[in-house]
Amino acid sequence: MSIEVRNLSKQFGDFAALRDITLEVKSGELLALLGPSGSGKTTLLRVIAGLEAADAGQVLFQGEDATGQHVRDRHVGFVFQHYALFRNMTIFENVAFGLRVRPRNFRPAGAEISRRVNELLKLVQLDWLADRYPHQLSGGQRQRIALARALAVEPQVLLLDEPFGALDARVRKELRSWLRRLHDDMHITSVFVTHDQEEALEVADRIVVMNEGRIEQIGTPDEVYERPASPFVYEFLGKVNLFHGRLHRGRAWIGGIEVDAPEHTEAEELAAVAYVRPHDIHVDKVANALNGKGAIAAHVSHILSVGPVVRLGLTRDDGEDKELIEVEISKERFRELQLTRGNQVFIKPSRLDLFPAQIH
Amino acid sequence: MYTFKQHSVLPGFNLALGFTLLYLSLIVLIPLSAAFVRTTALTWPEFWNAVTTPRVVASYRLTFGASFAAALVNAVFGLLVAWVLVRYRFPGKKMVDALVDLPFALPTAVAGIALTALYAGNGWIGQYFEPLGIKIAFTPIGVFVALTFIGLPFVVRTVQPVLEDIESELEEAAATLGANRLQTFLRVIFPTLLPALMTGFALAFARAIGEYGSVIFIAGNMPMVSEITPLLIITKLEQYDYAGATALAVVMLVISFVMLLIINLLQWWSRRRSVLA
Amino acid sequence: MTVIALPVSSLAHRARPTEEPVWVRWTLIGLALAFLTLFLFVPLISVFYEALKKGWAVYIAAITEPDAVSAIQLTLTAAAIAVPLNLIFGIAAAWAIAKFEFLGKNLLTTFIDLPFSVSPVVSGLIYVLVFGLQGWLGPWLAEHDIKVIFAVPGIVLATIFVTVPFIARELIPLMQSQGTEEEEAAVVLGARGWQILFRVTLPNVKWGLLYGTILCNARAMGEFGAVSVVSGHIRGSTNTLPLHVEILYNEYNFAAAFAVASLLAMLALVTLALKTLIESKNMQNDKGKNR
Repeated sequence: MSIEVRNLSKQFGDFAALRDITLEVKSGELLALLGPSGSGKTTLLRVIAGLEAADAGQVLFQGEDATGQHVRDRHVGFVFQHYALFRNMTIFENVAFGLRVRPRNFRPAGAEISRRVNELLKLVQLDWLADRYPHQLSGGQRQRIALARALAVEPQVLLLDEPFGALDARVRKELRSWLRRLHDDMHITSVFVTHDQEEALEVADRIVVMNEGRIEQIGTPDEVYERPASPFVYEFLGKVNLFHGRLHRGRAWIGGIEVDAPEHTEAEELAAVAYVRPHDIHVDKVANALNGKGAIAAHVSHILSVGPVVRLGLTRDDGEDKELIEVEISKERFRELQLTRGNQVFIKPSRLDLFPAQIH
Repeated sequence: MYTFKQHSVLPGFNLALGFTLLYLSLIVLIPLSAAFVRTTALTWPEFWNAVTTPRVVASYRLTFGASFAAALVNAVFGLLVAWVLVRYRFPGKKMVDALVDLPFALPTAVAGIALTALYAGNGWIGQYFEPLGIKIAFTPIGVFVALTFIGLPFVVRTVQPVLEDIESELEEAAATLGANRLQTFLRVIFPTLLPALMTGFALAFARAIGEYGSVIFIAGNMPMVSEITPLLIITKLEQYDYAGATALAVVMLVISFVMLLIINLLQWWSRRRSVLA
Repeated sequence: MTVIALPVSSLAHRARPTEEPVWVRWTLIGLALAFLTLFLFVPLISVFYEALKKGWAVYIAAITEPDAVSAIQLTLTAAAIAVPLNLIFGIAAAWAIAKFEFLGKNLLTTFIDLPFSVSPVVSGLIYVLVFGLQGWLGPWLAEHDIKVIFAVPGIVLATIFVTVPFIARELIPLMQSQGTEEEEAAVVLGARGWQILFRVTLPNVKWGLLYGTILCNARAMGEFGAVSVVSGHIRGSTNTLPLHVEILYNEYNFAAAFAVASLLAMLALVTLALKTLIESKNMQNDKGKNR
C-alpha cells in the first residue's frame, strides 16, 4: 500500500514540529526518516499512524484520504521506540492481543489465534519465549516481539519509531540486517524513524532527511550520501570538510584553487562554502604533482591508522579556516607518500559541492 | 494555539473527566461551599465576635499549641525512627516498619480510649507520673500525647524514601574530604532531608489541628483548659448554634487550605531538590 | 553472671567511615524503639489487654449483643457503599488526570486531596448544613419525609466524603509513571475504550488499586469524627462501630468498649499486614522490571 502525505503542518505550542511536509512512500518500499532530535521525524510518523492529529494537510493510504480516520481503522502496524509491550501479559498474549480485541464477528477462533501467534513467534525466532513476561527478555528480544505483535494484525503499513534506538551497538547491527531481510521477504510498506545515518544508509530503500520540521532531501542512500542537496545534509551524513571561498559568474575560488561552478552562473561576488568529503581529497608532497590550477598547502598534525584507511588531520598553512582538515587515504597511498607528523603536503579536492554561504 | 486539552488517541476523556467533576462537586465542593455560604448570614462583626470569644481563643491556643508541640516531637523522633529503619539492622525491624503506619489504620476512637486508659493516673504509664505530680490524661498534656500518636507516621514516611535515595557516594566523598560522621550528617545529609522533614512536620501539624476522635477521650474537655476547637464546633452544634458552629468551621477550613498550600509548596521544593541532586 | 570479653581486634571493631560506631548505633535504635513503644506498641497491646481483662465470656458477650451486631452491620454497609463508589471515582479521575494533558489539571488534583485536609468534624458539619433541618435541602427533605442527617444516608455520605481521595491519589502517580505508550499500542492494535482499561491499564496498576482500596476500607470502617456529627447516636440504628465504642466508654463499660475496639484494632492490623504484603509484592515486580 502506498502512503502519501500532502502539505502536513503541526504545531506544539510555539514549536513548529512539521512545516508543510509533502512526501510519497511507494508500495512495498522501506523508507527511513532521518534527522536530528527535534527535526519532526517522530511527529511525522505518528501523524501517519493517526496517533497525532496534524493542524493542516492530508494523509492518504493507497490514494484514499485517511486524515480523519481513527488510528484503529488505519490498520497500521506500529513499533514503539520503547516497545510498549504489555507488561502484565505473556509474550504470547502480547502478540495475540490485536486478534483478541477484535469485535466478535471478526475475531479468529482460539486455535487459529494460537496458530498465527506461533507462526509469528517462529518468524522472529522467539517461539521458545512464548510463556515469558516482557521484563524477562533482553532489549533485542523485546524489539522483535514488538515487531511480531505489530505484524499479527496483518497491517498494510509498518511504522517503526527508532526501532533500534535503545539497543547496544552489536545487537543493533544484527537486528538491522535482520529487519532488511524480513522486509525483503514480506514486502510490506515500511517507514522507520532514526537519527543514526549509518542505520538509514544501510537499511533503507530511500531516505528522507529532515531538519527543523522540513524535508531537506529525499533520495536513495547513494543519492543523499553522494549528492547532498543542502549543507545540512552534507554535515548530517558522514564527515565533511568546509572550505570558505567566493563565487562569481560560474567560477569559484577556494583557497588557491579555481574551479567551475556551472550551477552558479548568475552568482555575483558571493561568499561560498565548498563541502568536501574526506575521501575526495588528493594529497601529495609536491604541489605540481596535482594537476589543475593551484593547491592548498598544509601540515600533517596527526595521523590515525584504522584498518585499510588512514585518517590525516591537516592544518592549513595560509591560516584561513582554523579547523583541521580531515583526509582519508588508502594505506597503500599512505606508504607511498611516507608521511609523518609535521610534513608539509599539498591538497586538492577531487570533488566538491558549492553552496552560497549562509548568513547567520 | 492553546486548547483546553491536547490531542490524544486514547478514548474516554470526556466521560472520565465529566464523572470526576460531577462526583467531586456533589460530594466535596458543593457541601464545602455550604460552610462559606452559610457564614454570609452573619455580619462581619457578628462573625468576628463568634470566632474570638475567650473560650474559642483558649481552644485555638490549645489546638495549635498542642499540635505544634506534637509535630515538633514527631519531627525529631520521626527522623530518628526513619534513620534507624533505613540505616540499621535489628531484630523485628520489618514488623516495626509495618507498625509505624498503625496510627493511619487504627480508628481514632480506639486510639483515644487506649491512650486514655494508659495515661490515666492508674494506667500502665500514668501511674509512674502520678507520684511526680504530673497528670497526663484529662489535661492539655493528654491532648499532646494523642496528637503525637496520630501524627507519628507522617515524618517517618516522608523522610524515609529521601533517606533511602541518598547515594552512599555522597557520604563517602564527605569522609574522604575529612569530615567526621557528625559533620557529614549536619552538612551533607540533613540539608538533603530538610524539605522532606518540613513537609512531614507540616502534614503532622495539619492533621493534628483537625483531629477529634483520639483527643476527646483523653482531653477531659474542660472549657478554657482542655477543650479543642473541633470539639467546640460539636458543642455549638448540639446547642443548635449553627451560625457559631459554621463560623468556627470556616476558620478551620481557611487554616486547612493555608496548610494545604504550604504543604504543596514544600512538596514542590522537595521534588525540585531531589531532581537537582 | 560472668561477662566474657570476646577477643576481637580493635581494627575489626572500628566502624567503616560511613557508619556510626556500634554504641551510637544501638543508642539510636534504643531511643527510636523506646519512643515507638511508648506511643505505639503499648497502646496497641493495651487494647487487647483491656478487652480480655474480664475474660472471654465478657468479651464474646460484648461483641455479640444486639447493639454491637447492628453497629457492625452499619459499619459494613457504609463501607460497602463508600468503597466501590470511591473506587469508580478513583479510576475515572486517574484515567483523566494521568493519561491526558488538559488545563486545570493541577487544580483538580488539589481538589481531590481536599477531604484529607479538612477536619473530620467540619466534614460532618458541612453535610448538616446541606441536608440538616436548617440546611439547604432540609425543608424539601422534611416535606418528602426523607431523613439524611441522624440517619443512615448521612453516615454513608460522611464516610464517602472522608475517603474520596484514597484510591485516586494512589492511582494517579502510578498511572502517570507508566505513561501512555502501552495504551497507544493497544489502540493501534484495534482495542476499544473498555478493552484498553480492563486489559492493559488496570492490570498494570492492580497492586496500587488493591492498596488504595484497603486503605480506603480501613478509613471507611474506622471514621469517627465526621460520622459522629451526622449520626445522632441512636443505639441499634445509627451507630457505627467507632461510635459504639464511644457510647460504651462514656457509660464506663470499659471492658465492652475495649472488646468492640479490639475488633477495629484487628481490622487495622489486617490492613497493615495486607499493605506490607502488597508493598513487598510491588518491590519484587519493580526489581524484575528494572533489570
